[in-house]
Amino acid sequence: MIVAARAMVRKELHQISRDRRTLLILVFVPALFLLLYGYALNFDIKNIDLAVEDQDGSTASRELIAAFTNSGYFTYAGGVHGQRELDWLIDTNAARAALVIPAGYGRDLARRIPVRVQVVVNGDNANTASAVVGYAGAIVAEAGAELLAATPGPGGTPGAPRALVGFEPRVWYNPQLRSALFLVPGLIAYITMITAVISTSLAVVREKERGTMEQIRMAPVSPVAFVIGKTIPYSAIAFVSAVLIVLVSMALFGLPQRGPWWLLLVLIGLFLVGAQGQGLLISTVAQNQQVAFQLALLSSFLPTFILSGFIFPITSMPAAVQAITHVVPARYFVAALRAVVLKGTGVDVVWPQMAALVAFAAVMLGLASLRLGREWR
Amino acid sequence: MRAALYRLQHLVRKELLELKADPRLFGIVIMAPIIQLVVLGYAATTDVKDIPLLVVDADRSVASRQLIDRFDASANFGIVDVVTGGDSVERHLAHGTAWMALTIPAGFGERLAAGRADAVQVIADGTDSNSTGVALGYARSVVAAFSAEKTVALNPALAARAAPIEADIRVWFNPRLESRIFMVPGIVALLLLVVTTNLSAMAIVREREVGTLEQLNVTPLARWELIVGKLLPYAFIGLFDVVLVTLVAVYWFEVPLLGSFALLFACSAIYLLSTLGLGLFVSTISATQQQASMTATFFFLTPMIYLSGFTFPIENMPQWIQYVTYLIPLRYFLVIVRGIFLKGVGVAVLWPQIAAMLAIGVVLIALATLRSSKRLA
Repeated sequence: MIVAARAMVRKELHQISRDRRTLLILVFVPALFLLLYGYALNFDIKNIDLAVEDQDGSTASRELIAAFTNSGYFTYAGGVHGQRELDWLIDTNAARAALVIPAGYGRDLARRIPVRVQVVVNGDNANTASAVVGYAGAIVAEAGAELLAATPGPGGTPGAPRALVGFEPRVWYNPQLRSALFLVPGLIAYITMITAVISTSLAVVREKERGTMEQIRMAPVSPVAFVIGKTIPYSAIAFVSAVLIVLVSMALFGLPQRGPWWLLLVLIGLFLVGAQGQGLLISTVAQNQQVAFQLALLSSFLPTFILSGFIFPITSMPAAVQAITHVVPARYFVAALRAVVLKGTGVDVVWPQMAALVAFAAVMLGLASLRLGREWR
Repeated sequence: MRAALYRLQHLVRKELLELKADPRLFGIVIMAPIIQLVVLGYAATTDVKDIPLLVVDADRSVASRQLIDRFDASANFGIVDVVTGGDSVERHLAHGTAWMALTIPAGFGERLAAGRADAVQVIADGTDSNSTGVALGYARSVVAAFSAEKTVALNPALAARAAPIEADIRVWFNPRLESRIFMVPGIVALLLLVVTTNLSAMAIVREREVGTLEQLNVTPLARWELIVGKLLPYAFIGLFDVVLVTLVAVYWFEVPLLGSFALLFACSAIYLLSTLGLGLFVSTISATQQQASMTATFFFLTPMIYLSGFTFPIENMPQWIQYVTYLIPLRYFLVIVRGIFLKGVGVAVLWPQIAAMLAIGVVLIALATLRSSKRLA
């Protein structure tokens, strides 16, 4: 059996080495992509285009506008006159927010009469919008507090009292809240997953479609030897490319490695074997490469992107969807990767994730071997 | 012309027959988008709710319990445990069983009763930088509200002094800032891309690999007829998917469709032109289906999803990457879909996007036709 498996591995490697483009894609493109996405993807919100309708035109109103544009969050996108112009700017996305300062703003402030300014926020991107709402509220509150502190209050009480209960936030593991540190482990999982699932799923179906499967079945190769022979070469390639990605993210994005190295490598290996089991299972179900590719994409591409906790926090999902995420292997991999790389934890913390990855790999490879065994006869 | 139409009709019939002969593929392209939209529509949320919070209450006073009650009452936090010592903070944060730890110092209640300022400490797990940033904002406002209540309780005269400037913040298009409203239209666009690009990426390369391209070559079919005949059936499927997923978005997720469905349908057709053209282009530059699928996934689908503004704001990307995004049809379609669904805007606003998509589609199909005639000759 070992001889047969070795022969399969050699055949597969030979075939891969003849298709240079696929090999290059498998090994180097993942690292290249990390480079691109590591820089491109960013949740930090700044430079929000702000339209301003200044109905007052006083020194005080200009000070408030300056407070917005000097905050670093907002960029002045132009002045508007009237509701129609404002609607247009927001509809065309030329402005994501608008500040409306009413006439008489400066006069009322000078007389210490409370005033209201209006902030309109484009809510179509809920994530950005909640941040914008927070920033705008804070800027206006600060401007108000400055005024309050500058003037003695009615009845001679001193200016605004200091907050009675202070708030001291400390952020661990990622003190500057850099989104790169959050996203890179997810990207590693995503890139590894689709490479492994797609390459393996097509590897078997191709034999079927070209009719060479018959030849292999005639040869003294058992289904298990076949599975091993098909998995090992792609595992090796995917492993090299995954390690390359990790190294690139450490060199360029300052991804730390606070936990043990061997654990990181074991995690990558476990995750890869599971992903390849999934690919193999798909290839035993699909009759041609088109179906295999659709299945591979739909079962790995979007779930790994959306259901793994890579971007969207799992705790915020409804319970039924949270239950589904338990069968997405990337969920465990992303959690374990973040724990080992960012938090520096060891096996004592990530063993449940490792167990889940092992179970997933066992189920996928088992099912694939079963189905292959049935076809073999 | 009539002869061309006749030949075209037969080619379309052949393609549809092939699709029908493969019920699995048919099922995948019809059912999978709906299932995925339902699951992903729920999963793709950036709302931050039920943040697991560990409370270290070293004070155990009435005041500390009042503060804890405020956190408990907020929908944003879920208290996992209340302890008196800080030893377990590290363990909870490392295991991920708590994302945040609120520490109330001993003597907190006494100092507050005496009117002396005090501070509570919040330690947050910065791994998920995005959610943590939002969660810290929530925690800050809970503490601020508590602080204000205590201040007024100590000195009722302060209650009369309202803030001098009040911000009246209005969120348009999505007043409750639900991320689902933002995400679901985006997922519709994403699913259409994944399904149709893959189908057409395999279209020609499959005939080549199976050897039937030669047969098509000796028929009197012109190049453009071959291309159109290949694309039409997939375009039908894509348009059918548009109707299905729009129904799910509107009736299941209750995303408002403020604009016209006819315009949405027409824009989808133009969008499909570009996604199918893209797949076809990939098909003509690939020798095998494996190459085609790898090229489509890595060089086209992944960059399009990440760089289109689906989740990651384009404004945050480095300038040169922002230029790259102009080549991505999904970028324009997202603006269109979100515009029609959420803002109810029409051609007057969306024409630049429509024109850009149309141009990309025409160029891609022209390129594919040119390339295929070179390779086939």
